[in-house]
Amino acid sequence: MDKQNFPTNQVPDESRRDFLKKVSAVGVATTALTFFDGSEVFAEVPEYVNNVPAAAMSVKLNINGTLKELPIDSRTTLLDALRERLDLTGTKKGCDHGQCGACTVIVDGRRVLSCLTLAAMCDDKKITTIEGIATGETLHPIQQAFLDYDALQCGYCTPGQICSAVALMQEAKNGEASFVTENLNVKAANLKLSDDEIRERMSGNICRCGAYSNIVAAIREVQNK
Amino acid sequence: MKPFNFTKANNQAEAVKSIKPDGKFIAGGTNLIDLMKEGILQPSQLVDISRLPLSTIQTNKSGGVTIGALAKNSDTANHPLIRQNYPLLAQSILAGASAQIRNMATLGGNMNQQTRCAYFYDVAMPCNKREANSGCGAMEGLNKNHAILGWSESCVATNPSDMSVALAALDATVNILGTNGKIRTISFTDYHRLPENDATKDNNLKSGELIVSVDLPKIGVPTNSHYLKVRERTSYAFALVSVAVVWYAKGGRINSPRIVLGGVAHKPWRCVEAENFLGGRIANEENFKQAAEIALKDAKPLQDNAYKVTLAKRAIVRAFMNANGK
Repeated sequence: MDKQNFPTNQVPDESRRDFLKKVSAVGVATTALTFFDGSEVFAEVPEYVNNVPAAAMSVKLNINGTLKELPIDSRTTLLDALRERLDLTGTKKGCDHGQCGACTVIVDGRRVLSCLTLAAMCDDKKITTIEGIATGETLHPIQQAFLDYDALQCGYCTPGQICSAVALMQEAKNGEASFVTENLNVKAANLKLSDDEIRERMSGNICRCGAYSNIVAAIREVQNK
Repeated sequence: MKPFNFTKANNQAEAVKSIKPDGKFIAGGTNLIDLMKEGILQPSQLVDISRLPLSTIQTNKSGGVTIGALAKNSDTANHPLIRQNYPLLAQSILAGASAQIRNMATLGGNMNQQTRCAYFYDVAMPCNKREANSGCGAMEGLNKNHAILGWSESCVATNPSDMSVALAALDATVNILGTNGKIRTISFTDYHRLPENDATKDNNLKSGELIVSVDLPKIGVPTNSHYLKVRERTSYAFALVSVAVVWYAKGGRINSPRIVLGGVAHKPWRCVEAENFLGGRIANEENFKQAAEIALKDAKPLQDNAYKVTLAKRAIVRAFMNANGK
């Protein structure tokens, strides 16, 4: 596949979030359909995430190498803390119930779902979000491969896909098995993964646009180098 | 989500001492947080046990392996002791959930995960498991995913765990710390329970008790085992039917067979009569088929799930055929 140059420095006048909210509002006005009232499109943010009582608990989050101390309501998920309190909106809220993988982040080197993680339980853990995957201006090989192979359409699941794929690389390096691994008895490091292996290992990240074939191609390219 | 008091336990004794009757221990949180978001569970207190030193996997005195209750599912499935000696357990864990969830979920939490019955999850529906004596929506409702064995008028839900099916087949035992500070040990097959007339209880853990570890007995050699999971998509889906089989070869015959079904009952369903039939017989397809008939002879399908009876029989035969010589 030809390499494509994507504009990486074009910042629109209004943020993508504000834009999407407006589009959603237009949808309500013009269609008046209850199934498109915004709340169906955007999983809700609980009121207690931003409205923190004075007697709240405090949590120390080490995010992308920066320590942030934050008063939170104990119910706050890591996902809501990242997006609503720390403006790290690269991590996406999809289903908010652990079924789609859009909220995948890397905690202490392992990929996890931030929507099912309480921020209160992340004290002093090392959290890497999509904002911390690149090294300065240099993209992570997985990020570059997603561009090269056009491994996305709308892009909403992409931060989760990329965090997941970055962690997958380490799991393969460690020799960790998946359900389709043939011989469980032998644990060998630096696994080269077949497409079936990549698909199985990425099955926790749903792409509603169906960009799967290009996602597999991007990961194959980096993984088998 | 309802407000709750959040504390961290510094040790096991403190954990069982501090837990209140309507409190919950939290470790991985993959099931608990989801249920709390839906308002299905509303604990007034969460005690964080995730940092207790209960995640080791090591050889025990009887030559078997002890897995700490807080061992992550991914670490258990990839531990050399498990992959080499209990591949059935590794297979079953890797058949469940996604890599992200397996990185979070723990042994004890997986054992305690709750049913995925849609009526349990929908707070607008009656459910005897969610609210005692409110009725069962699934009994006369959409029940293609529900139980065919061991159900009662109270509840037709199934236990969703893959891992528990394998642990039941491996003759595991569970070590539980009580509020009195003492450890009691029960067999894994006695851990989960049938709904009978109280569907609110999935297992025999008493209020305030904490699972600390699971023991696997020394594995005999040569061992044959296989975990077969049948689902509606090839990955990241709960089982319609699953089966764990394990047996030891002795003089060309089957010794100590175990057959445990998942996705068919309120607990991992061990098929003792079918096991007794197979013990001492030659490992061939005809005998596996007869064992499968015996295993399902008491099945009572609901209106939408008679297919599970045929599926379970064929899954048993195929699991044995796959395990033969492996």
